[in-house]
Amino acid sequence: MEKLLNKEVQDQLREVFNELKENVTMVLFTSEKDCESCEATQGLLTEVAELSDKLSVKQHDLNSEEAKQYDITLAPSFVLLNAKGEYQGVKFNGIPAGHEINSFISALIEMSGAESEIPAELLERIQKIDKPVNIKVFVTLSCPHCPGAVQKAHKIAMLNKNVVGEMIEAQTFYDLSTKFNVSGVPKIIINDSLELVGNQPIERFLEQIESL
Amino acid sequence: MSLNFSFSGLNKSKVDTSILYDFVAIGGGPAGYNAALYAKRKGLKTLVIAKKPGGQLLNTSSVDNYLGFVELSGEALSEHFIEHIQSIDVKEVNDQAIESIQKINEIFELTMENGDVLKTKTVLVATGSNPRKLGVKGEDTFANAGVAYCAICDAPLFKGKDVIIAGGGNSAVEAAIDVAKIAKQVTLVHRSQFRADQVLIDKMMAQSNITIHLESQILEIYGDVKMRGIKALNKKTNEEFSVEADGIFIEIGNIPNSGLVKDLVELNANQEVLVNRKQETSLPGLYAAGDVTDTPYKQIIVATAEGAKAALAANEYINTH
Repeated sequence: MEKLLNKEVQDQLREVFNELKENVTMVLFTSEKDCESCEATQGLLTEVAELSDKLSVKQHDLNSEEAKQYDITLAPSFVLLNAKGEYQGVKFNGIPAGHEINSFISALIEMSGAESEIPAELLERIQKIDKPVNIKVFVTLSCPHCPGAVQKAHKIAMLNKNVVGEMIEAQTFYDLSTKFNVSGVPKIIINDSLELVGNQPIERFLEQIESL
Repeated sequence: MSLNFSFSGLNKSKVDTSILYDFVAIGGGPAGYNAALYAKRKGLKTLVIAKKPGGQLLNTSSVDNYLGFVELSGEALSEHFIEHIQSIDVKEVNDQAIESIQKINEIFELTMENGDVLKTKTVLVATGSNPRKLGVKGEDTFANAGVAYCAICDAPLFKGKDVIIAGGGNSAVEAAIDVAKIAKQVTLVHRSQFRADQVLIDKMMAQSNITIHLESQILEIYGDVKMRGIKALNKKTNEEFSVEADGIFIEIGNIPNSGLVKDLVELNANQEVLVNRKQETSLPGLYAAGDVTDTPYKQIIVATAEGAKAALAANEYINTH
């Protein structure tokens, strides 16, 4: 198969991956049937992993035990595990290509333990979240504002074990997008009930979460 | 589904708040970046603060009127701009907005979202503009249930569907051309005659799945849980008509982002910042450039040029103060 990432992007990523602190594992779930973008996603993850010693990929079937462990119901989906093999609620459903490469790469860097700046007041509010929170961020690959929203969902997830943040590529998962009436992206759905539209600041995410 | 990877690097912007800057450009669009380029070349201690690096360029699928580039995407053009200023080491702060500006004893204090305060001798406000709303019944009800303001972002969600474009300027016609590639049927509705460039209108006319209603005022967006269509008035015949559609892209121009300086400088009735030929506002040391100003013709190249003028004027101001 022809490479998905051209030389220029590969070089950019190699440089950015110098920032990786510890190892990160990408655990990919695919399905043999009805999965148009499984092969491309597998290709992307493999190519990305080849650009740094600290990155690796594991692959399982959508119907595996592992899929249940991470509450995976769609294919392709993947989660990131930190150096200790722990899942911190960072999930991608569909291929993070186009603009979404940005949220993917940021998640890898942050999951590796690289420092990210967050004001103390927000950090405190995130750490106070004491009930299960699921944040879905619907995106399209041509949307320049979407990776910002995905990054915030993932950041909150990484800072609190009660939170799962997931990117959902709206075209791949058309039925799910229709269910949540997605006609503009990024669309953020919290615990399948509250919604935000647009790339909102972390404060707006927290206001919604705190209202649960 | 196009995979077109566009990686824009990591945002690692730490700003030095201990120094006194000469020139701070607020805005990551053509005006802000070109101003930063000119200021830095004059030897000014320069900083550019971009809430959204690239600004409105990111919402533009194709730019074909920027001299020197026959055709490229708005995003690619913004990448060229950013590369250029990075090549001469202009300091950038990204994803940060300025909350307030104060002028104290000839020094501007800019308070950032995160509470940090920057000090500078001169400031450029190049904060651009945001999409204007139609202001009709149903627009808010169906926001994100059919009503959309970013064609490049949301067009993929309307594959095989019927879509309305509101507006008759370049962005509306470009949106129609882009959306028509994905949607089943596109209907453009505009309250007067086209303001768009003829080349774009010709390109649009060549598409077989676009219907056009000029001199037609949109009265209402209707629907149930989602929008189902619009009601409009043909102003020539004075007859009402409906168009069924799953979505509407509103491309009727922009509102200047002048809130930051509304109590500091003079604005016109459209909330645009009044500037003179040197991009000076009514407050000495504070300049404005690009779509936030009262300059006619909101064009990338106009904003770019205004950024240059503002930086040169700021340099002159610093040398004489």
